[in-house]
Amino acid sequence: MDVNQLQRGWYKYLTTLFKEGILDDQYKQLQQLQDESTPNFVLEVVSLFFDDSQKIIYELERALSQPLVDYKVIDAYVHQLKGSSSSVGAYKVKEVCVKFRESCENQNKEGCTIAMQNLKHEFSRVKHNLQYLFELEQQILSAGGSIPTIML
Amino acid sequence: MASSSSSWSSNGEEEPHVLAVDDSVVDRKLIEKLLKREDCKVTTAENGLRALEYLGIGDEKGTTPNQELKVNMIITDYCMPGMTGYELLKKIKQSSTMKEIPVVIMSSENVPTRINKCLEEGAEEFMLKPLCQSDVTKLRCHMTKVRNPSNGRFCLGR
Repeated sequence: MDVNQLQRGWYKYLTTLFKEGILDDQYKQLQQLQDESTPNFVLEVVSLFFDDSQKIIYELERALSQPLVDYKVIDAYVHQLKGSSSSVGAYKVKEVCVKFRESCENQNKEGCTIAMQNLKHEFSRVKHNLQYLFELEQQILSAGGSIPTIML
Repeated sequence: MASSSSSWSSNGEEEPHVLAVDDSVVDRKLIEKLLKREDCKVTTAENGLRALEYLGIGDEKGTTPNQELKVNMIITDYCMPGMTGYELLKKIKQSSTMKEIPVVIMSSENVPTRINKCLEEGAEEFMLKPLCQSDVTKLRCHMTKVRNPSNGRFCLGR
């Protein structure tokens, strides 16, 4: 495959992610911040987000499995995750966090359990999607091309 | 590496030094890059205590104000465990050495009472997260070392 085909494939995939609401415009902000001085900026921020989220998800599962659920603790974790997902443009993850916080406010155990499942699903989805996107970027770079800049 | 083409040097200004405080590692990385794009020197702190220690106004015995320290602006998240951005703002405004430094508060939540109390306590701006480049560009007027009305520049404020 030549560079142009690879770039078109990348662009098509990225457009789908925006269309499906997996990513929102904040992701474009990250791409705009990538430059010669920080050529791996998006990958670095997203990697931090993945690691951070993984830890939070682990803590959330632990907190939810307690005999006496502390909704304040859970809400604090979800608030963190809502913030970081919003900062990287992981739209669906952020949306689940909003619902999750509502269940916390209402001390709704079942609502929280469902939100937890949705959260893991959406996090896993955006993680796999972005990892695939980064692979496509690597292919473009390996073929001697450059990653197109998305115009906001 | 000194930058001779910084967006500040054409005005005869030294690059501003901004202290960015946020408990989120993702947000610290973002705000740092946004500020560096504006040719600022950036120091980050992960919580209010560390920020106060850096400024030399921590509560611990032995933290003395650092006379050499030049911080032109402090930008802090509101929601942080331990000390909130508001509490950090208050401590800075209570400090005889640091109270003149402009403080900007960021928050992911648009809560009018929160915004008002921060502005009343002396915050220059209250900004909603996530920040974009144009938000940070707007903060440049707060970063100038000397507030000199005769410079011919003025800040449109909030």
